[in-house]
Amino acid sequence: MFKSKDLLGIKELTPEEIYHILDSASGFKDVLKRDIKKVPPLRGKTVVNLFFEPSTRTRISFELAAKRLSADVINFSITTSSVVKGETLKDTALTIKALGADFVVIRHSSAGVPHFLSRLLDISVINAGDGSNEHPTQALLDLFTILSYKKKIKGLVIAIIGDITHSRVARSDIYAFTKLGARVRLICPPTLLPAEVDQLGIEVFDNIEEGLKKADVVMTLRLQLERQSKGFFPSLEEYFYLYGLTAGRLRLAKDDAIVMHPGPMNRGVEIESEIADGPQSVILEQVTNGLAVRMAVLYLLAGVKK
Amino acid sequence: MKILIKNGRLIDPSQGIDGIGEILIEKGKIREIKLEQKSKRAEVQKGKTSELQSFRTIDASGCIVIPGLVDMHAHLREPGFEYKETIATGTKAAARGGFTTVCCMPNTNPVNDNIAVTEFIIEKAIKEGSCTVYPIGAITKSQKNEELAELEALKRTGCVAFSDDGRPVTNSLIMRRALEYSKIFDVPIISHCEDLYLSEGGVMNEGFVSTILGLRGIPKAAEEIMAARDIALCALTGGRLHIAHVSSEGSVKLIRDAKSRGINVTAETCPHYFSLTDEALISYDTNLKVNPPVRTKQDVEAVKEGLKDGAIDVIATDHAPHHIDDKVREFDSAAFGISGLETAFALGLQLVAQGAIDLKQLIMTMTITPSRIMGIPKGTLAEDADADVAIINLENSFVVDPSRFLSKGKNSPFNGWTLKGTIEKTIAMGKVYDWT
Repeated sequence: MFKSKDLLGIKELTPEEIYHILDSASGFKDVLKRDIKKVPPLRGKTVVNLFFEPSTRTRISFELAAKRLSADVINFSITTSSVVKGETLKDTALTIKALGADFVVIRHSSAGVPHFLSRLLDISVINAGDGSNEHPTQALLDLFTILSYKKKIKGLVIAIIGDITHSRVARSDIYAFTKLGARVRLICPPTLLPAEVDQLGIEVFDNIEEGLKKADVVMTLRLQLERQSKGFFPSLEEYFYLYGLTAGRLRLAKDDAIVMHPGPMNRGVEIESEIADGPQSVILEQVTNGLAVRMAVLYLLAGVKK
Repeated sequence: MKILIKNGRLIDPSQGIDGIGEILIEKGKIREIKLEQKSKRAEVQKGKTSELQSFRTIDASGCIVIPGLVDMHAHLREPGFEYKETIATGTKAAARGGFTTVCCMPNTNPVNDNIAVTEFIIEKAIKEGSCTVYPIGAITKSQKNEELAELEALKRTGCVAFSDDGRPVTNSLIMRRALEYSKIFDVPIISHCEDLYLSEGGVMNEGFVSTILGLRGIPKAAEEIMAARDIALCALTGGRLHIAHVSSEGSVKLIRDAKSRGINVTAETCPHYFSLTDEALISYDTNLKVNPPVRTKQDVEAVKEGLKDGAIDVIATDHAPHHIDDKVREFDSAAFGISGLETAFALGLQLVAQGAIDLKQLIMTMTITPSRIMGIPKGTLAEDADADVAIINLENSFVVDPSRFLSKGKNSPFNGWTLKGTIEKTIAMGKVYDWT
């Protein structure tokens, strides 16, 4: 069972804990198929969504997950909170504590902020994305989605294409997939590959055709468009030419390969619309599964003695 | 009043002294230093007793008695950042750490690029300081990297070296001119080696650990490129270059190679670069955020090797005190720096315990060598020198507790470490600070 009161990252989890969350998520997925989708486990609990970075889908997913579990939800976001008035992170955290919240779901542009809050607060801290560090619930929903199609993780070839350096999704996915025995390939220009990443037991390709061969799962990452002006690649056109996921390239993967994307997509930059909307795409399924996974995380953390 | 320090093991590398003996201090100067002849030991002590009334006698049994430590690289923050540190608190912290001389960097507000600031620091240190302070002047006006500060005026007023520490002199031509022009005064140009393009946005060493923490890395190359540039400029100009806070293996090699080619370069490292690796950052503890960043095990070993073979001359603290509000925050926006004066010597002693260097070498790197580089009459127990002495018990252990630091900066990554080597007493210009 869960040892930690927090979900800070996949790094910190054992394979058993990961499977435990996924099992629980499949229970909640059944709940989400019912006519009445609300269950009572978090009645009387308060979840604070503390978002220092703009995010629609993750915040909405957490909000809905909490509501489906009957929790009360407060949304703090950078434009409406007192952060703009110069309040420190510490004061914001202590304020949330004083309000009597039970969970804080934190999204921040600086890596390590959830860990900082975790030390400061005795309530559960859930990392909803911290800088380039981790986005654990994304990796959990990715695992859940892959499992639902492939029935296992061990031995699968999973190719991740894009900006690995700046991607918390890529990091959480790498930890999650390798912990459960998948073979992970990273496909990206060398400018977007983090230092010494090969120590994580993955394979690196700067050629997308090579990297996609016989893959079971193909995941493209969102490319932050401002990376171009920082010199990571010369133009979006050149990026798409080298690393865009096209129908022709997808054919190099296994016939039953699934295509994933954490969203939001830049159509025509990292992925062709025909692929995004095509039969192999499970992108919307990921969104649905995200809800079940986040319900499971909230539910399991509520059961941890603090 | 006269002070007699007796029964201690005197170690003064500047005179090649190591043995049990006595030091007599009078009017703030070392009056006499005398090693005991083993056979006459009882007699010497007996002979002195009759005069004891007029002396303050300090019994240093079981301790080493060494020249007061000299820190050639500290930030005292005054003027301008008194909420982080003042000359009063910084020099008190220094004395607590066994230091009797501190050279302070010019990145204050206003920057120490003119005689008014230099005079202010010197006068303030005389009035409120617990030890001797020598200011380091800025190389460029406002450290803006555009034109040279008035180096002669600064030197004449009391600056002992020049540096734009905290930021590099990015313009190679200005660095060349600084190295050339400062030859008039024979003082070192201290270089903070950092290629700002490569380090931009970085908060820790670039490597596997930065990858798994998702923090922006600063590659070693950012330091090494500038070290190589400055060594080339030093060779070109025949100036005096001192490379600050060496953290990487590549820099150590560059300096070693430069010295073997007869280039007039010296270098320092700091305790954190031989005591910590980037793996410690796994906790996201902002007290470990320092620039240059702590590196890898391989770099730590190279720095130790450099200290052993003399590629690195000096251990300085780069004491960089910060207010808690500048540290208790997001890692990305926390301030760089470590409050280092009160742990430096004990961390150095760990090198001795590990056999990386011997005790005499450690003392040299923290006394006479920095004094010679800075051209200041410190770091020695020679007769007629200022009575700057540290009395240290090498066997006593202590637990580092930053909340008890005398520095305003409690930002220490060594919190909770058990270290050997307690500073028992510090004597600065004849004034005795008793820490027991």
